[in-house]
Amino acid sequence: MRQVTGLIVLLVVIAFLVSGMLLFIHPFGYPPSDMDDYIIENAQEETGSNNVVTSVVFDYRGFDTLGEATILFAAVTGVLLLLRTVKRREESS
Amino acid sequence: MLSKIVRTVANQLILFILIFGLYVIAHGHLTPGGGFQGGAVIVSGVVMLLVAFSSKELKKSLRERTLSIMESSGALIFIGLAFAGIGIVFFYNFLVGTPIFGRIPATGPGPGDIWTGGFIPLMNLAVGLKVAAGLSAVVLAMALFSSGEEIEE
Repeated sequence: MRQVTGLIVLLVVIAFLVSGMLLFIHPFGYPPSDMDDYIIENAQEETGSNNVVTSVVFDYRGFDTLGEATILFAAVTGVLLLLRTVKRREESS
Repeated sequence: MLSKIVRTVANQLILFILIFGLYVIAHGHLTPGGGFQGGAVIVSGVVMLLVAFSSKELKKSLRERTLSIMESSGALIFIGLAFAGIGIVFFYNFLVGTPIFGRIPATGPGPGDIWTGGFIPLMNLAVGLKVAAGLSAVVLAMALFSSGEEIEE
């Protein structure tokens, strides 16, 4: 009985989320927001970079790039921790 | 280890791949690309060497410890540059207007100038170093693990 109730609640929540996503999602590319226009007009003056995408990635949204680099660092650390098989010298025991 | 033809071609091709990766990293503020993409290009060259030669051969010239140190130094340079302009705001582009990478290009399309972009070229170099070294270490560790080799320290 509890499982059936939980399943019904889960389905209602999922239906709510999906319907909200379908009904209230921002139309793709319309209307262009103020931030787009601001970045396109002012990025070259403010950051001096001709490549506006790079100026967004490293300057306007630099904090997100820091998170990306942290994820990469964590992935490399995890792989090296799991897969590295170091031959250890025989310790004097 | 593959045949002699593959090894010779890989030997000739790795220079061009490395130069293209460095170009993509160094011109990240002018042309499409940047640190992540250029680092991935360099790692593709390392993977080609790993396929052509065996991981046992590559282990002699590409040490995992050096790669780890390079990756960590890239991350530290990145965070250090982000903190350098902390007086105004985190990730403040403090080099715009200074003689180092400080020129400001004309608004609109243009050929571009290598001395523009503030700290963005330095960030690209740091991220490129980090991505190239980190992913090379991952690929090398996976190859060594699957071949049963052991790292000597």
